[in-house]
Amino acid sequence: MRVELVKLFGRRRTWVALFLLNLLPTVVAGLLAWTRLAPRPGTGPAFLSAVVADGSLFAIAALAIVLPLFLPISVAVVAGEAVAGEAQAGTLRYLLIRPVGRTRLLVRKLVAVIAFVLAAVVSVAAIGFLVGRVLLGKGSLDGGIISVSGSVLTPTDLAWRTVVAVLFVTVSMLGVAALGLFLSTLTDSPQTASLGAMAFLVGSSLLLTVDAARPLQPYLPTRYWLSFIDLYRDPVLWSNLERGVGLQLVYVVVFLAAGWANFTTRDVTS
Amino acid sequence: MSTNAGTDGADGANSTDVTDVTDVVILTRALRKQFGAVTAVDGIDLQVHAGDVYGFLGANGSGKTTTVRCLLGLVLATSGEIEVLGSPMPGSAATVLTRVGALVEGPASYGHLSGRANLVMHDASGRAPQGPYGGGRRDRSQRAAEVLELVGLGAVGRRAVRAYSLGMRQRLGLAAALMRRPELLVLDEPTNGLDPQGIREIRELLLRLNADGTTIFLSSHLLAEIEQMCTRIGLLDRGQLVLQESLAALTAPTGRTQLVTPDPAAAVALLDGQLEHRDGERLLVRTSDPASLNARLVAGGVRVRELGPERHTLENVIEQRTRARATDEVPR
Repeated sequence: MRVELVKLFGRRRTWVALFLLNLLPTVVAGLLAWTRLAPRPGTGPAFLSAVVADGSLFAIAALAIVLPLFLPISVAVVAGEAVAGEAQAGTLRYLLIRPVGRTRLLVRKLVAVIAFVLAAVVSVAAIGFLVGRVLLGKGSLDGGIISVSGSVLTPTDLAWRTVVAVLFVTVSMLGVAALGLFLSTLTDSPQTASLGAMAFLVGSSLLLTVDAARPLQPYLPTRYWLSFIDLYRDPVLWSNLERGVGLQLVYVVVFLAAGWANFTTRDVTS
Repeated sequence: MSTNAGTDGADGANSTDVTDVTDVVILTRALRKQFGAVTAVDGIDLQVHAGDVYGFLGANGSGKTTTVRCLLGLVLATSGEIEVLGSPMPGSAATVLTRVGALVEGPASYGHLSGRANLVMHDASGRAPQGPYGGGRRDRSQRAAEVLELVGLGAVGRRAVRAYSLGMRQRLGLAAALMRRPELLVLDEPTNGLDPQGIREIRELLLRLNADGTTIFLSSHLLAEIEQMCTRIGLLDRGQLVLQESLAALTAPTGRTQLVTPDPAAAVALLDGQLEHRDGERLLVRTSDPASLNARLVAGGVRVRELGPERHTLENVIEQRTRARATDEVPR
């Protein structure tokens, strides 16, 4: 297992991806600090209107910035690369005759992708927090901030909610990760697998904006992604969060089963 | 496997030199693999014995690599049975393959890592039972250093593989195959990309390993390589095993003697009934005893320039056994 993590994090491209993920929120924070032009409440990425008042909130705002596009793209790339990348490099056949069981290899790859997602989300939140504090300053409301619902949240409240938010965002990416992994077992081209996973996400996001697709919407993988904002209501509005987690788990089970069924019965001719 | 020895021995018209089947290391029965409408491997019965250097010959597209992939469980056979080291494949892959080292269709490694790091990572990616077939985690880096030295990469083991030449990559692939001191080596074109000196070095290394008890299954289309190393030959033609014999039997004297003489007319007169064929000064005589033939010729005053038993070359044998590819036939 350690081997897969070493492989993933021993690669320069993994670190470039993490760097780019953190760059965008940092640029946004810089611009905000410079212009003090926050979007009016209710427009723009979530929480961005609040961060001018308190930089600590930028951890959450940073997540909201990368969540719709940057984060899923990086997850799709890493997951799509997982098996197909080894196939393209020819190392897949040597792994299998080492021997590493096919099921075991698939599980290892999934764990490695999840580790990447976790690293990405945690780093975005942590660096967002630091950048927010440094560039936007600590809030005037010592000892608490105003929740989305209007009541005051204590720092402890804020802390656990942020931890849960990090976990929720990580879980939200699992569907993409499993899909990327499945596609990665179908093809020997990592690019094809990644693009396939991205196409699915773009399709899902598009359908969310179409009224006629309403019956489908509760089942779309991107439907509950931004529901982590509900964590900052008082009391926490759990229903969408629960649905989001449940939905992601269904996607994970379905795509993993498909990936497993395909990979364990397939001829490795790469 | 030893229990059904009776049926194994009777199997296949080519297994004439099989006496004991308890030492069979690779065995296939009616192995068949179809890719869609194309039959890549069409019912082959391989038999490789412990201690063999088995040369697996065949033209491009004759099914060599597919067979090798089937043996290693990478490609799943359409029908037929495979046994490697006495256990069914791919069912027992987890235990069998720890005792097998392989090089399939060229080496592959992670370019950003050094040769040594590649070996260590490759070894660490699978389970590491301590035992007769290779050590575990503890001596991993030591084993990596050893095999690098063995294949002649000792000096560049710490350099990134990205900067390796094709020949060096090939050597690294071989090093990876040797990491766990395997009982069986399955090598697909192992000297690809090596210079003549490198080819000789690798040949010597493989022969040394074989002398120490490693069975070697060598797939190649280079006749010279096979002829210099192998004890047994399997010949594939369009997915079928058309020949499986020991090299010694194939290239044994044919019972005729080749004679070159500056006095062909006198020789023909002397050897009247025994002459098989004449081509200028070159005569082919029906006798398996060149020495007494020579004595007769000399006694008869016929000068002899060259004389010796006729042998088939591997090239002749292969030409006889394989159908030539028609000019409009697409090589598979």
